[in-house]
Amino acid sequence: MPNDATSNLTITLRVNGQAIRVPVGSSVAAAILHAGRPFRISVSGEPRAALCGMGICEECRATIDGVQNARSCQRTATEGMEILAG
Amino acid sequence: MTLALDVLIVGAGPAGMAAAVAASEAGRRVSVLDDNPAIGGQIWRGFSADNIGTYPGAKLLTDLGRRLRDASIDVRCSTRVIAQPLPHLLRIESDSDKADLAYRHLILATGARERFLPFPGWTLPGVMGAGGLQVLVKSGLSIQGKRIVVAGSGPLLPAVAAGLAKRGAHVIGIFEQAPRARLLRFALTLSVHPGKILEGLRYRSATLAAPYCTSSWITQAHGTHRLNSVTVWTRGAERTLDCDYLACGFHLIPNLELPRLIGCAVEHNYVRVDSNQRSSIPGVYCIGELTGIGGLEKAVCEGEIAGRAVAGKPAAHLFARRARLARFAGQLDATFEPRPELAQLADPGTHICRCEDVPRSALEPCRSWREAKLHTRCGMGPCQGRVCGPATELLFGWKHDSVRPPLTPARICTLAARAEAPAES
Repeated sequence: MPNDATSNLTITLRVNGQAIRVPVGSSVAAAILHAGRPFRISVSGEPRAALCGMGICEECRATIDGVQNARSCQRTATEGMEILAG
Repeated sequence: MTLALDVLIVGAGPAGMAAAVAASEAGRRVSVLDDNPAIGGQIWRGFSADNIGTYPGAKLLTDLGRRLRDASIDVRCSTRVIAQPLPHLLRIESDSDKADLAYRHLILATGARERFLPFPGWTLPGVMGAGGLQVLVKSGLSIQGKRIVVAGSGPLLPAVAAGLAKRGAHVIGIFEQAPRARLLRFALTLSVHPGKILEGLRYRSATLAAPYCTSSWITQAHGTHRLNSVTVWTRGAERTLDCDYLACGFHLIPNLELPRLIGCAVEHNYVRVDSNQRSSIPGVYCIGELTGIGGLEKAVCEGEIAGRAVAGKPAAHLFARRARLARFAGQLDATFEPRPELAQLADPGTHICRCEDVPRSALEPCRSWREAKLHTRCGMGPCQGRVCGPATELLFGWKHDSVRPPLTPARICTLAARAEAPAES
């Protein structure tokens, strides 16, 4: 059972090529927020970011290791992950 | 491939955990699914004996977690239900796999989500749910030194504010839309729930620096690419507050999509169940927030009743307790019901449907949810109306009770697979 992601241990992943370090157990959504990027661009061109944090709203969709439209709030970040957002 | 299961439980929050433990300890074979990466539900996600210590209800939950592990119950996280291809058969998908699960008994414990209501600027990055921000902080987002406004409605707001303050955020204020008189009436009824008062006081003391304002709500969020301030209506005037995040949710609503897909009768916005938590569909039980937003204790009580019921064990000794907790759930709904003024906040250009960017002006001529879907694509995007549906209910009075598969976006191979009844065992 993963702990609350407040661990001092960290992992590094890449968000649009930028290396981002987050505590072990973090969600991909938390990593994208750390990167300070929008998660996606809406159909009319607005920047959007995670809203519900619980896998409901689909606003946090991003490309995770090549898989498009993955809900980043429902995925645990792992070392070396490649994320495309915005 | 179709797997034949005895008892299948959807949702591994407090209700689902309690049901799993009760059914398993009574001799049933139990499997549990959850969409989230870890068990515990939304409020308690990722809990463990090390980190849960200071939360109210900690003992109850850690005890359930221990019994769940001891019983060697089959728990699959990061797994969602996509459809019901045949009666008594659910199609599931994980990040790498799919399967069909046939069941003898099905217990639904799909929990609740926040109600979101639109106002100008609500789509800006930095505007999040109150529970939503809490979850993101628990899953690694640092808010040290960030200025946060907490707003919306419900008992979750002071709890979230306390959690954020504990993690080093500067909570500027808590803005509750419910009028003070309603909250006072609610507080009086709490005299029969002394535990709840203690819980409230604990949160209150942790956020003493932040004012708790009633009859107050956000009228606008400002920023170009990101939130930088909000305007709040409080004490009869508008004030603008600079902030980094707005945590805003309007109490909770049940996740009725799966029960509705299966055909469970819904009354007054909750699944109708009998004294053993049985829904109108034979073999299908509903527990926890699906039958009333009541929190941990009600969820665990109903889980235990359903878990015993599938094993044919009596549960009548729990009925009085459940009735008391259900009354509390009803009081919560009445207290934190959104006020009509909130329906007027979105302006003609405010996007009501965030998936398809449908502005309020496009919805005004529509007479029903169905017409709005057909003419504007409102509710037709990936969230399938989970966010805008409840909003249009308040704004326009539309009912949105039709649910179609797939329940969530799914891979084409999941959708295309042929469904087979399980071999007789």
